[in-house]
Amino acid sequence: MNQDIFVVIEHRRGQIADITYVALAQAQALAKETGGKVVALLLGNNASGLAKNLAADSAWTIDQAALAEFASEAYGKVLAGVIKEKSPRAVLLGDTTVGAELAGLLSARLGLPLITSCLRVGAGKYMCKICGGKMMVEGDLPAETVLVAMIPGSFKVEQGQSAKGPEVTPLPAPDLSGLRVTFKQYIEPQTGDIDITVQKVLVGIGRGIERQDNLELANELAEALGGAVCASRPVVDQGWLPTSRLVGKSGKTVKPKLYLACGISGAPEHAETITGSEMIIAVNTDPAAPIFGMAKYGTEVNMLDLMPALSEAIRKIKGG
Amino acid sequence: MSGTVVPENSPNPIGESPGLWGDPELQHCIQCGTCSGICPFGYLMDFPPSRMIAALRAEMLKRVTSTDTVWMCIACSACTSVCPSKIPLTVNLMTRTKEELLLAGSIPTELQAALENSQRYGNPMGESPRKRINWIQGDGVVIPILGKDTREVDVLWYVGDYPSYHARVQPTGRAFARLQHALGISFGILGNDENSDGDSQRLAGEQGLFEALAERNAKVFARYKFKVIVTTDPHAYNAFKNYYPSLNISYPVQHYTQFLAERIEVLKPLLKRKVNAKVAFHDPCYLGRVNGIYEEPRLLLSAIPGLTLVEMAHNHSTSLCCGGGGGGMWMDGFQWEKAGVRLSEWRLREALSAGAEILAVACPYEKPRFEDATKTVKGAEGLGIKDLSELLADAME
Amino acid sequence: MKIVVPIQLVPDLVEELVVDSSGAALDRESLRWKLSEPDDHAIEQAILLKEKGGGEVVVLAPDLEGVDDVLFAAAAKGADKLIKLTGDFEGGFNEHAVARAFLPWVKEVQPDLVLTGVQTHNGLDGAVGAIMAEYLAVPYVGYISGVSVAGGKATLHKDYPGGLRAEIEVALPAVLGISSAESAPRYVPISKVRQVMKTSRIDTKDAGGLDLGGAASVKRMFPPEVAERATMIQGSAEEVAAKLAAIMKEQGLV
Repeated sequence: MNQDIFVVIEHRRGQIADITYVALAQAQALAKETGGKVVALLLGNNASGLAKNLAADSAWTIDQAALAEFASEAYGKVLAGVIKEKSPRAVLLGDTTVGAELAGLLSARLGLPLITSCLRVGAGKYMCKICGGKMMVEGDLPAETVLVAMIPGSFKVEQGQSAKGPEVTPLPAPDLSGLRVTFKQYIEPQTGDIDITVQKVLVGIGRGIERQDNLELANELAEALGGAVCASRPVVDQGWLPTSRLVGKSGKTVKPKLYLACGISGAPEHAETITGSEMIIAVNTDPAAPIFGMAKYGTEVNMLDLMPALSEAIRKIKGG
Repeated sequence: MSGTVVPENSPNPIGESPGLWGDPELQHCIQCGTCSGICPFGYLMDFPPSRMIAALRAEMLKRVTSTDTVWMCIACSACTSVCPSKIPLTVNLMTRTKEELLLAGSIPTELQAALENSQRYGNPMGESPRKRINWIQGDGVVIPILGKDTREVDVLWYVGDYPSYHARVQPTGRAFARLQHALGISFGILGNDENSDGDSQRLAGEQGLFEALAERNAKVFARYKFKVIVTTDPHAYNAFKNYYPSLNISYPVQHYTQFLAERIEVLKPLLKRKVNAKVAFHDPCYLGRVNGIYEEPRLLLSAIPGLTLVEMAHNHSTSLCCGGGGGGMWMDGFQWEKAGVRLSEWRLREALSAGAEILAVACPYEKPRFEDATKTVKGAEGLGIKDLSELLADAME
Repeated sequence: MKIVVPIQLVPDLVEELVVDSSGAALDRESLRWKLSEPDDHAIEQAILLKEKGGGEVVVLAPDLEGVDDVLFAAAAKGADKLIKLTGDFEGGFNEHAVARAFLPWVKEVQPDLVLTGVQTHNGLDGAVGAIMAEYLAVPYVGYISGVSVAGGKATLHKDYPGGLRAEIEVALPAVLGISSAESAPRYVPISKVRQVMKTSRIDTKDAGGLDLGGAASVKRMFPPEVAERATMIQGSAEEVAAKLAAIMKEQGLV
């Protein structure tokens, strides 16, 4: 086993996932401790161009038509081979709908320990967040090659980017015939709605909205602020807002100047997608809600009372 | 016809029913349509009560169960109270249809959550049962939990879901505790072992859930020695008085207005602080119309010095439901979408027309529902919503 | 078509989570087990597939407090066979251990499809589905929100961020990690569950000892230390609103 840190690069339709940069930043920090190198593993079809801003010492690219779109069967076969052969200290992935799939496969196939939902590793330890964000878990980093699926929170995206870029080396792909999993096509999300990822101000609503017609209060507030309404999973699941307004792990990641979290508890699936906000203000009647740990300001006043009052207060400031 | 009481001990057997249309009670219908006329949401239903019976007679059960407007029924029993053939429409027709819908998997999402929470946590809110007694902290009132206490108390006070968990209803409980202390009553509550009375869940079609909750409560009741169960909740009162006995759970039970009215001679001298206001009393469906208790609350209100009692256009047996029964408390989104109005808003307008400055209530559903409505009904911002227990406790010095 | 649904119970987050005296695990006394939500969706998706195309649904669960109710509810929804695995689950388990424990009973059924919740909220070492697929030597696709089966193949919708989905085809047999079923898990009246309790049987199998290999050991478990807790603003709705509006103005947001 060498002391290198491998990072699986997650990309889709020409874009690299933010969590990949977070993983690279973590890899950089970890490599300093182990004395090894940071190696980006970039699988795809003619995807080597994506390597140019990765904060890594090397990028190994494996290009093949069968790898054009992610599928854990094909990706797993390639990565398992590389990891087995090179035996690095650690392999970092994003804890995502891509990374989590791969991580389980690799752990079982190679008999390597796996740590998911991980905030950071370092000084021989790992730190994870579980149970909807209500519990932290800490332990020793296993001595053998360890697979780590990361969640955002400890590193900024910029820390995983580098103008210099890594040394790119193409690797041959193993035989990828006889695959049982085939990518067919993408199904686009509902269009015709606003893009919440470009909004400067967002009013995020969660379960606390209680019922659909209270959305009016959120709309009013968003209008007063010149922003838009978005929501966490429970609201979208009810069909009260389209999926284009979903902020969360299987929804959008947002980076507004102001995120007003109303009746949102702050569980990781949502929390990790709003960490880029410049300022979070949390409105929640539960003083123990994890969201208060992310917010700059908070209040326990019921959102159904606060929203109309705030709309009024803002209109006064704007008008007066 | 006024004050019609639901037949005692009339449960809805599941699995042995020959089908809705086989119910002999329904066959007395003369299709006069009075039920559908008096139903607060009858105009929105695809099958308001009389039409539903006609459809069932014509063996159109499938057509009935393929619509979802029966969920607009809030089990207010107005239909039952006016039926000239004395058919228990609420229980034998509307609730039975809801049962069929549940069995067919048709249920508003909000209601599903409330039912699943009731089953798992013993309350429809989905709060931890271990937090049920958190409301008794603070405020300087001592509220004894029976716990391991084996001595006899006068009153086993059944608190209920909303007075326990809902911030706006908790003052009702504290007020009643103060009144009991002032009267020298020995009482205790069940604490975290208390479960939902399940009556609204029963009326929403979940007889099985009602029975499961009753079994749990029965085990807890059986631990203690007490003279009477007293509750601030007419729905709990209705369950314990009219439906628990057929499950072999039989205890004397009173609504707190009956309990206090019995003690008016001792209570009245304690009510020294004047309440100079015009007060309208909203007869809760399950206290008044369903169980015939109208005068005790008014007797108590009249004992408060300075208070002027006014009556709304709908009062006593014609009282207009707040909209919370039969599952309505948990289906606000669904019902709002269909109706665009709330019964609680109608009621506030009536209160204002009657010149009321305070609307007095005696059921835990009503305070939050009416308070919400004061925010949307023009002219109602200043209308006070108070539980009778709060008015009485405030009148004590 | 034979579908196996291995499910898990997880700590109910409605209850307060308490760390036990070892400081490295949740206190079992204050913990209440609940069916993991994605597994609830897996059961629903399996029943939907059975309703569409026929077949048999087998539900597999570890023996923890409350499991019987969960299994009978699944039967009331339409599951055909219920298997409960006894073993030292109370002593602690992880996703690898659960995958290994379930494996022989899944193999025995020889399923066309294995549907399982894509993750549990307390799973530190991955997801049962991905791991089990490896042991079964079949493909795995996770984060599924739609499944249809025809001619020995399953067509899936896999969720990606931003509402994007991918249509993916998998040759059966395969393991699928379900995020959400095509429709929300159905409601089952208590009366129906009670009826089913009289007619259904839960088969008990012994998982024996649990092999926990594949996970890192836990040294310490603790509630998050909020690094910088929000500055709380007190007062009535109007007072708080006025203060927040002032803050927003100061920040140039208004």
